[in-house]
Amino acid sequence: MIKIANGIAPRLSIAILLAALAPPARADTAAPAPEPRNPFEQQAGAEIYNGVCQGCHMPDARGASGAGAYPALARDRNLEIAAYPVAIVLKGQKAMPGFGNYFTDEQIANVVNYTRPRFGNHYRGKVPPADVKAMR
Amino acid sequence: MSDPAQTPSRRSLFQMIGTVAGSAAMYHAMTVLGHAAESPFNGPIKLSAPPPGTSVLVLGAGIAGMVAAMELRDAGYRVQVLEYNNRPGGRNWSLYGGDVYTELGGATQTVRFDPGQYINPGPWRIPYHHQGILHYVNRLNVALEPFTQVNYNAYVHSTKMFGGKPVRYREVQADFHGHVAELLAKCTRQNALDQTLSKEDRELLLTALKDWGALDANYEYGKNLISAERRGYDIDPGGGLDPEPAPSEPRAMSDMLRSGLWAAIGAGHSYDMQSSIFQPKGGMGQIGKAFGKALEPLIQYNAKVIDIHQDAGGVTVAYVDSRSGGERRTATADWCVCTIPASILSQIPMNVGGPMRAAIDHLPYMASLKVGLQFKRRFWEEDECIYGGHTYTNQSNRVIGYPMWDYFSKGKGVLLGAYTFGREAFIAAARSPEQRIEDALECGARIHPQYRAEYECGVAVAWHRVPWALGCAGEWSDEGREQHYNNLCALDGRIILAGEHASRLAAWQEGSVTSALDAVERLHKRVMNA
Ligand SMILES: Cc1cc2nc3c(=O)[nH]c(=O)nc-3n(C[C@H](O)[C@H](O)[C@H](O)COP(=O)(O)OP(=O)(O)OC[C@H]3O[C@@H](n4cnc5c(N)ncnc54)[C@H](O)[C@@H]3O)c2cc1C
Ligand code: HEC
Repeated sequence: MIKIANGIAPRLSIAILLAALAPPARADTAAPAPEPRNPFEQQAGAEIYNGVCQGCHMPDARGASGAGAYPALARDRNLEIAAYPVAIVLKGQKAMPGFGNYFTDEQIANVVNYTRPRFGNHYRGKVPPADVKAMR
Repeated sequence: MSDPAQTPSRRSLFQMIGTVAGSAAMYHAMTVLGHAAESPFNGPIKLSAPPPGTSVLVLGAGIAGMVAAMELRDAGYRVQVLEYNNRPGGRNWSLYGGDVYTELGGATQTVRFDPGQYINPGPWRIPYHHQGILHYVNRLNVALEPFTQVNYNAYVHSTKMFGGKPVRYREVQADFHGHVAELLAKCTRQNALDQTLSKEDRELLLTALKDWGALDANYEYGKNLISAERRGYDIDPGGGLDPEPAPSEPRAMSDMLRSGLWAAIGAGHSYDMQSSIFQPKGGMGQIGKAFGKALEPLIQYNAKVIDIHQDAGGVTVAYVDSRSGGERRTATADWCVCTIPASILSQIPMNVGGPMRAAIDHLPYMASLKVGLQFKRRFWEEDECIYGGHTYTNQSNRVIGYPMWDYFSKGKGVLLGAYTFGREAFIAAARSPEQRIEDALECGARIHPQYRAEYECGVAVAWHRVPWALGCAGEWSDEGREQHYNNLCALDGRIILAGEHASRLAAWQEGSVTSALDAVERLHKRVMNA
């Protein structure tokens, strides 16, 4: 897990998005299924967290660890500056895939706004979708 | 399979034709098939003897790690392998009755399959041109049997078309090819291709289209005994005084296009999905097991690597017991071949140069789900004459895979009840194993009504939850490859990476093998020049 000092998003990897939408022909995929942009119909922050994020960050955002780990988003001081989670969700980082092509600006704002005051975090203020758009 | 599109434009129509028939094939109709590309595997490698006592640490006992360990050992290196799991194979893995699997988050599944039944949660097929992995399969005496990619009698299914009833693959392919051939014949005969083809070629094309699309004497695709030879009969030909054969009714072209069903009939056309394809008898995991046996004393199991450090003297790797944590131990060697997936390696301190670090940190891993379902009887064979192969659906399970062994055996069978990537797989990972199985049952029951009565037990593996992989396989983009791939593969001091992620064969074991062989050869060269 990365730790940041000054609230500025640290090195973000270049998002790898297209491959996520259309699995590369060379991978072991049974039926090539080109996915549309923004394939998730969940809109509310809670739905998005429970429907997608918790697959890695786990219920209650408690994280998990095996040979590798998923960081907890519970009591996570890195959520203080909203631009940081927005950037991570948009672009991804290390084992976290970028979701820029999976979610609209509204969806990303919703899930970030859902996470920051919850799970033992107490960060106030909401990110507007326009801020997400500006960071794409 | 994609959902029904709006009426496709001319251009997208030709893209579809390309998907299904291969664009070159459609354009020239009868060009000779391209020569298959040579496999990068050039036969077994032969390394000269290294200086006595030269040692290598191999991290990870998946296919890549074990290929590297075996070749290095055979050349005379002192080899030690550290592996997180308590078994060899890594993603090369089969689940049998009695196996216990705990995923990240803590959900534990005990597999309750009968003896002889299994599911491959990861790799399941080996194309004939993957000569590298096939070399080791043969060297280790692992028995193979055919894997059926395309079954013409399995189904293609869309909840939105044909009353939600599944349609036989055979019929979809025949109808799509037939209608496309008819259209193209019409264009040819109405002189639309006069600028493109000579008169002689146009006549050859018409002959080819008639043959390829099962057209009648008027270059039309219709209900007759010619098309029945492709799509099947209402009354099959029989013997003696059986009734006369009766052809079946083709579906309309626009139904074919709008249903999106055409997308499924390309499944067996790509280089990696063409016959012949193989699977190990008794499960893909047999390869990992055989490797583990052949390397037995070299592999240390339950060793979780937590730090990798190199300096002028060698490589020091710190690890802890993967079950209990506890005391930090170290292993040292002159060199290191690291096959830990990039998803995990990105989290392990390792003093390599910036370019390799950037490459490791750059690579996210794909989502994927597989669900195995055991049924009391093989109803797909007994009731529906489906022997192996796959059914494709627009539902969230995407695929049903039928077992490709023990055909006609009375008794139970295990289906692959779901195989998904992307959206569906992300959603599945966020659910409990029980919910994933329930979803696969719900989808499957719309295709096979026998599901609910015959279902016994299941297991669901969502790859982002696999504790020692954190995903299915590296998800390279073209730009990512351009920028990072060579840096990922370059020898960095005493450390070289290998594995599926360090190959151009994403999500194939052949990538692990060819990557390991290439890494070992380059490392050896470096050792001999030291
Ligand atoms: C759903 C799915 C379907 C697939 N289908 C096919 C197919 O049909 N045909 C095909 O050929 N390939 C297929 N593949 C790809 C194939 O499984 C992989 O390419 C191959 O098995 C990867 O081998 P590897 O040695 O590179 O990595 P792995 O098998 O992942 O080996 C890495 C090893 O490192 C260990 N490890 C991880 N972290 C640590 C640590 N911190 N310390 C110590 N050890 C650690 C792991 O436990 C593992 O054993 C599929 C994969 C998936 C997931
Ligand atoms: C495929 C697994 C996966 C999914 C799904 C996922 N994440 Fe992550 N996430 C990770 C990993 C791994 C990291 C740590 C990345 C690193 O090592 O820097 C991470 C890091 C983060 C961080 C930074 C945490 C910190 O303390 O620095 C945030 C914020 C985050 N994720 C939010 C989300 C949100 C919101 C979603 C849902 C839209 C989501 N993640 C879905 C795997 C995932």
